[in-house]
Amino acid sequence: MRRVSRAERADIRFTLNGRAVAAAAEPRMLLSDFLRDALGATGTHVGCEHGICGCCTVLIDGAACRACLTFAVQVEGRTVATVESLAEDGKLNKLQQAFQDHHALQCGFCTPGILMSFTDFLGRIPDPSESQVRDVLSGHLCRCTGYDGLIRAVLAAARHHRDEKAP
Amino acid sequence: MKPRPFDYLRPDTVEEALVALAEHGEGARILAGGQSLVAMLNFRLLEPLLLIDIARIAALDYIRVEGGALEVGAAVTQNRLLAYPGLGSEAPLLALALPWVGHFQTRNRGTVCGSLAHADPSAEIPLALAVLGGEVVLRSVRGERRVAATDFQAGMLATARAPDELLVAARFPLRADRRAAFRETARRHGDFAIVAVAAVVEPDGSVRLGVGGIADRPSVRRIEPRGAAAVAAAVNDFAWDLGGYDDMHASPRYRRDLLRRMGTAVIDEALQCAA
Repeated sequence: MRRVSRAERADIRFTLNGRAVAAAAEPRMLLSDFLRDALGATGTHVGCEHGICGCCTVLIDGAACRACLTFAVQVEGRTVATVESLAEDGKLNKLQQAFQDHHALQCGFCTPGILMSFTDFLGRIPDPSESQVRDVLSGHLCRCTGYDGLIRAVLAAARHHRDEKAP
Repeated sequence: MKPRPFDYLRPDTVEEALVALAEHGEGARILAGGQSLVAMLNFRLLEPLLLIDIARIAALDYIRVEGGALEVGAAVTQNRLLAYPGLGSEAPLLALALPWVGHFQTRNRGTVCGSLAHADPSAEIPLALAVLGGEVVLRSVRGERRVAATDFQAGMLATARAPDELLVAARFPLRADRRAAFRETARRHGDFAIVAVAAVVEPDGSVRLGVGGIADRPSVRRIEPRGAAAVAAAVNDFAWDLGGYDDMHASPRYRRDLLRRMGTAVIDEALQCAA
């Protein structure tokens, strides 16, 4: 049984983007704040801090989750992936490149969370319909209202992936 | 935003969780997926002294058919139940309702039982459990009891759970007649429902119609499908009996109108779908 008292700064250890990380945190430290302030992984953005906007979406054991609705202590021993994990050898990955090609971001604040949501989603549903993409996108807010570009980008990334797989 | 400081406990067994609940009672809160609870903690609407994290208790992580019901343990997430291969055949209403619960991203962590324990009056899972005539399993160091869904939800965010009890499972009855339908109106798909309706067909041909988002808990009424006019009159009576509440999204009048329109539609839809 794991027990951490409220005043205690516990040693929190998990795997972040393939590397073992550790830092101290009180039980009430949100994963979103822990990533940014304790670990310096500022790619994860903090918007509404109550699960509505989706900017802080990260992968926990591969599943897209709100970092602002998760305490750091809850991911002990787990695997967390953030937007910093996506680029390959300093180059944008296929999904990121599709975002650039299809004007899927304007100010970019919501982008990290949306990229992580679709990293999980396209892993499960590689050939989605537009309505499925819209449904997943409903879990995010883009205040620049760039939704059409986002939908085009995700569908293009899926198409690109499919064409590569084709014999 | 920061919640108020709290102690954190992550038990490995149900027994450890029950002992902690018995000791701390109302000062403690159960944390499973946290998709409603953590938002309330962030706003300091709740200020518990202790959080008991049950998400890693292996004995609560199961979906099985037992005693004529699909039983879902308290650690099962909404997306995990949605991906359960037997869902469409064993509990078709759940297969229809679960995609409306929050968003893809919150269903990855939010649990089925957590939604029931949270008891939002417009939530889909409590509505489905009530329409199906299901029950919850509550356990404490004093023993275990089963409570019918309609008795469990006592009002807005209020349930019959005693402070030392843990909601360990939900039981969704398997039905001989698999006909079911679900509809919802919300500002944006995945937001809280303004009004949600669900219908299942009884063995005698009548329909159990349930509605969430109009009273302080899901409400269920048996409707005899004796022609469109009779159904419309029965749903209209149901709407007036419930009244409806007022908030920033909708007036009572609008909620009653949604029930009249969606209630009659969902009854037709349930009767017409393949058994």
